[in-house]
Amino acid sequence: MTPATTGHRLMAVGLALIAILIAPAVWAQTRGLQQVTVEGASANPIPIAVTDFVGDGVGGQISQVIAADLERSGLFRPIDKGAFIERIADAGRTPRFQDWRAINADALVVGSATQQADGRLRVEFRLWDVAAGAQMTGRAYFTQNANWRRIAHIIADEIFKRITGEDGFFDTRVVYVAETGPGNARVKRLAIMDQDGANHRYLTDGRSLALTPRFSPTLQEVVYMSYAQGTPRVYLMNVDSQRQELLGNFPNMTFAPRFSPDGNRVVMSLAADGSSDIYSMDMRSRSMTRLTNNPAIDTSPSYSPDGGRVVFTSDRGGSMQIYVMSAGGGEPQRISFGNGRYSTPVWSPRGDYIAFTKQDGGSFSIGIMRADGSGERILASSYLDEGPTWAPNGRYLMFFRQAPNAGGRAGSVRLYMVDTTGRILRPVPTPTDASDPAWSSLIPQ
Amino acid sequence: MKMSIKILGAVAVLMLAAACSSSTTPGPEGATASVAPGTPGHFQQVAGDRIYFETDMSTLTPDARATLDKQAAWLKQYGDRYQTFMIEGHADERGTREYNLALGERRANMARTYLSSQGIPAAKLRTISYGKERPEVVGSDEGAWSRNRRAVTVLQ
Repeated sequence: MTPATTGHRLMAVGLALIAILIAPAVWAQTRGLQQVTVEGASANPIPIAVTDFVGDGVGGQISQVIAADLERSGLFRPIDKGAFIERIADAGRTPRFQDWRAINADALVVGSATQQADGRLRVEFRLWDVAAGAQMTGRAYFTQNANWRRIAHIIADEIFKRITGEDGFFDTRVVYVAETGPGNARVKRLAIMDQDGANHRYLTDGRSLALTPRFSPTLQEVVYMSYAQGTPRVYLMNVDSQRQELLGNFPNMTFAPRFSPDGNRVVMSLAADGSSDIYSMDMRSRSMTRLTNNPAIDTSPSYSPDGGRVVFTSDRGGSMQIYVMSAGGGEPQRISFGNGRYSTPVWSPRGDYIAFTKQDGGSFSIGIMRADGSGERILASSYLDEGPTWAPNGRYLMFFRQAPNAGGRAGSVRLYMVDTTGRILRPVPTPTDASDPAWSSLIPQ
Repeated sequence: MKMSIKILGAVAVLMLAAACSSSTTPGPEGATASVAPGTPGHFQQVAGDRIYFETDMSTLTPDARATLDKQAAWLKQYGDRYQTFMIEGHADERGTREYNLALGERRANMARTYLSSQGIPAAKLRTISYGKERPEVVGSDEGAWSRNRRAVTVLQ
């Protein structure tokens, strides 16, 4: 439909990323660094010194990206470079630990970025445990120059994993709905960016409403809903070519799409005679299987990570609640029983929690509960918090927050990130107002 | 101060209505400007093009049914001039985006079913949901929400 455009390719095609473990002179035997866990996110993030990577070119920028990633997680406090005593001139030498203890750094990151004779960039880093005076990890990467940002995110993920024991989430992207214009005629277009806001790009032109984008497991495609041809329907877009394809041709509205974990199916709602039911589409044959058959509203379906179950929203019991059924359909079980109305359930990639939007009293909250409905925990609340999406490590969520409208003007709508304890809450930068984020899995390397 | 702004607003609306109509007969002072019979403006004036709903409900209120009765009468008289009667369903912002798309569809369908039961050909009645994406009033209080929970019949 839409002609293919030649934008810069987003995916790892030709990344030619080679990582090698750098054997340290001395492995950390007893680590002076206390293990921090995301669950136990304390008020005292780890002080970490991220030095400028040695070498000409992008070394300083790489360390900036790493430090910003770590800071954003809420578990690290990068120390101001102005306080550094030792100047790292050779990333391969053992640092003077007393200089780093003097500025209360618990961890130290050194590295280098050097141009190879064959045109590639070699980026190397080492993570040091300052108290123990020992290397915790070290790696080298060979890649094209243009990939330096990705290398920085991959290094930040390595550091995060080595210190917290959890997988990182920095080498990821976000697709979301960019909003501009007056409240009664908002322009809503799809946009994609790196998790930290870099490499921002629009995927639709804004001529028609585009909503609820969700990544495929390979991140090559996005499913979403669009009013492009009048009737709102689910479309598939190739992120690189921006080619759009209608998924099925039904007389009525299709909406709330989401990929199965293996990418072979897309589950969505189809409206007929005022009722909305859940169907799953086989992506090869494009045939639809009906999963619910009920006069109520059934929507916002999301697969469990093993693909065996689907969690969804239904008002079949009189108000919006969360139900779980087999991925092939069958009798669903209600799992939400707290006060208020529950919607937009999303299964964590780890399988342990289901995130949701909850309406209670005058506020909207983002919360999580276990897959059996127990252990409900509210993470963030405001006039309107909506639409959680999981980071690939299942320990952070993104959602959108809308301020009340005032004086006939639309309230601001912004993306936020929160951890599963609710203690780390921070805005995610976007060029304009933003809603409906979908967080990708780690980008394939 | 507030009062004078309101009056100015009313005058502006009247002028707009007059400018839109194809043949305007100036009415008596203070009366609504009349519009040509059979036009969308006439439909809005005589029947009312929209109905409103209670919070999270799609059942038709007595007011809504009365409006739909008038819409049905008008459509029987002038409907031949139009191919489609598109009913747009909307919700207020106090619901999630996906649920509100379904709710808007259910509201539009309630109006469609009612108009059909009043003898309007089902083949000409179509529905579309805008969920909470296209509010009539940009506001965050019950006054705004109550006007955004609506189904609007658009002549095409």
